[in-house]
This record gives sequence, structure tokens and C-alpha cells, in this order.
Amino acid sequence: MCDQTFVAITFGPCDSCSQNKPLMNIYLQNEPVNYCSLCVELMACQGLAKGETVSTLRAESENLKAKLEEERAKLHDVELHQVAEKVETLGQFVIKTRRTLKGHGNKVLCMDWCRDKRRMVSSSQVIMRSAAVCVLQEHAVTMPCTWVMACAYAPSGCVIACGGLDNKCSVYPLSLDKNENLAAKKKSVAMHTNYLSACSFTNSDMQLLTSSGDGTCALWDVESGQLLQSFHGHSADVLSLDLAPSETGNTFVSGGCDKKANVWDMRSGQNIQSFETHESDINSCRLYDLRADREVAIYSKESIIFGASSVDFSLSGRLLFAGYNDYNINVWDVLKGTRVAILFGHENRVSTVRVSPDGTAFCSGSWDNTLDFNPV
Amino acid sequence: MARDMSDKDILKMEIEQLQKEVKNTREPVSKTAKELCEFVEAQSAEDPLIKGVPEDKNPFKEKGGCIIT
Repeated sequence: MCDQTFVAITFGPCDSCSQNKPLMNIYLQNEPVNYCSLCVELMACQGLAKGETVSTLRAESENLKAKLEEERAKLHDVELHQVAEKVETLGQFVIKTRRTLKGHGNKVLCMDWCRDKRRMVSSSQVIMRSAAVCVLQEHAVTMPCTWVMACAYAPSGCVIACGGLDNKCSVYPLSLDKNENLAAKKKSVAMHTNYLSACSFTNSDMQLLTSSGDGTCALWDVESGQLLQSFHGHSADVLSLDLAPSETGNTFVSGGCDKKANVWDMRSGQNIQSFETHESDINSCRLYDLRADREVAIYSKESIIFGASSVDFSLSGRLLFAGYNDYNINVWDVLKGTRVAILFGHENRVSTVRVSPDGTAFCSGSWDNTLDFNPV
Repeated sequence: MARDMSDKDILKMEIEQLQKEVKNTREPVSKTAKELCEFVEAQSAEDPLIKGVPEDKNPFKEKGGCIIT
């Protein structure tokens, strides 16, 4: 964890050598201790004495990464698309945008479906909106911060969570009364030390999982606001997270600016597996197989020169929808690795793509201030 | 948090994690890929975006129109 050093004018017995000297209040492993300046120096030198410099550590890290790749390579006996040759080819993929939702006055940054498959919540630079796609009824909540980067619907459909540059994730109970001031019922749940990048309820309305620019993910109890578990392991901002689809779900994956995708055990806080991509890996989407512990497919084309910002699977997992910074959505055949469709519907970056819970539609949000709703 | 950690601490954290991961059990791709294909194919039958949905069952079908009797 972090070591922080403060200088304070206290005089007394040193916690290390027991001599009476001017003391420095320092934190070791998050515990406050008082060391005299000589002991602080000695402690700092101990690290160096063992020859443990940044470069030796880096070398050890590279060695371990190479060893890990070696172990993974031993089991890389075939490619996914080769195994998928026997799979029936997909028919032509045709979809039309049925409705464009224009309620946001700013870039749409995030959206989530309600489990009732008829409602969605979306957030933008200033406002969070919840809209029903069949019934044109909307709630809008003005947020006190700019850039509401994350929003999520609770499983019950009665509560919405969102946050962004305010470093918090707050929950809002929804009401049928359009005129009710939702902002007044806001309750802050998660507190990070940097922006909130993503949030998701677990299988219940009672727990909220968040990821942040502070490099951590965290699990919170919604009622009390208590931190139940924190997840440390990323060495840079965490940008996204997703829970494993399971009734007894206990794992989730997070993606960070450190180019890693980490798989976490929610109960222990442990990082179970981690996948790292390389410098040259931009503008592609990749499929990682958790049991084979490796990447098994890459979805890219030379003609695609912009990165993808958001991905989601269709219900069966056969199709992968990815929204790109070149304003398009590419639909990929997950097993064969080929592209089955390009959807042109937006006039700016696509920031979020989500398939509905029953798989009958998908929705895309964009920096062109709109959401495109595409049903079967 | 991660931003406050020194390079040394970040590297130590990475090394500890890598040492654990090297020991993970893994299965050959030939086995997992086959199972993946089987799973996806089985689910595809129920995937509306692949198989389509009959008009009368489509929840988002446009309403309206005329009936001539």
C-alpha cells in the first residue's frame, strides 16, 4: 500500500531503536509509527542493500511475465476460429434503428437496461435520464457534477445509481410521478478519491460495485454506504467493470488504463487472473478464455483505425457488438472472428453499447447526444 | 491508491500477483474452444438477434395499421 511521510515536531522514544530523539510520524503498511530520522534512513537503505532497485524489480517482473506466457503457450494447441470451422455460418445480419432518443443535450456517456427490458437509464455530461422505450415517459435528474460517466439500473427497477467527476456513486429511488424531484432523494453510497468510471448493482439492490480513476474497484452496501470489499491491483485508472453472469455470481472483471483486464473474486478481494495487452494492440477487441487462461480471438481489421470504447455480447454470446470512436458499431461473429455487419447511425463517437436483458434489442449511446434503439 | 504508490511498490504488487498467477491451473484451448462453441451454438437457438422473432412476439413491433374486414 502507500507509504506517506509527514514531519511533525515530537520528541520521545523511537519505535525502532527506543532512543529519545526528535521523531518523524510515518506510516508503514498503513500503521502510524514514530521513527527517529536515523531509523528512517536505515529503513530506506535496507531496500537498497538487498539490491532491490526499481530496475531489478522490473527485471523480475518481466521474467515472471515471460514465464506466465510460456505456461499459457503450452496449452495453446489450436485457434478458436479453427475449432469454429464446423459451426454454421450466420445468416445476413440486418437491423434498423427503430428509435433515436434525443433527450440529452450533451454527449451520452453511459447507459444501462432495466431488467424489465423496457426501460433504460442513460447519463451524459450533466444529466441522467431514465427513459422507457415503449412508453414515452421520462425522468430527468440534473446532477451537481459534470460528466456523469456511469449509470446503472438496480435489479428491482426501482432505483438508479450514477456518478462521475464527483468521485461518488449515488443512488436515486425512481418514482412514477414525473414531477417528483428525484435529486432531493439522492443518497451517496460510494466514495472514491478520483472519478467514478463505472458502476453496477450485483444480483440485488443492496450491493453496488464501482470502479474508479483512483485505480481501485469497490463493493458497497447501499443501505449503510459501508465499504464491503476493495480491489487493489490495477496500477492506473480503472475504466470499466462487468459482473460474471451467474445467479451466485462471485466474480467480476475490470479493465484499466494499465492495459490489464483483471478477474476478481468478490468475496476475498483477490485478483484471480489477469490479462495484459501490448503497446501495439490498439483498435482491436479480444476474447479471453478464463479456463485456458489466454486470449483466444482477436476482432480487428486493417480498415478499422479507431479504438472501440464499449462492447457487449448478444444473448447467446455468438455476436459481439462494439462501439467505436469512428462513429460506427461493428458486429462480430465471436466464434469465427469475422465481422458480420457495420452499423452507421451516429454522428460522433459511440460511447456505450448494451444489449437488452432478453436479447431482443440493443442500444447505443454517442457523443452526438443521442441514443439509438435497435430492436430485432 | 494506485496513483499514490511509488514505482517500487507497484512493481512489488505486480510481482506478487504474477507469482500467484503462474501457478493457476489452465486447460488446453482445444478443449475449452470446443466447449465454448458447443455452449454458444446451443444458446443461439434462443438468441433473438440471431434467429429473429416472429412478428406477433416482437415486443417492439410498431403498433397501428388498418384491418380491412
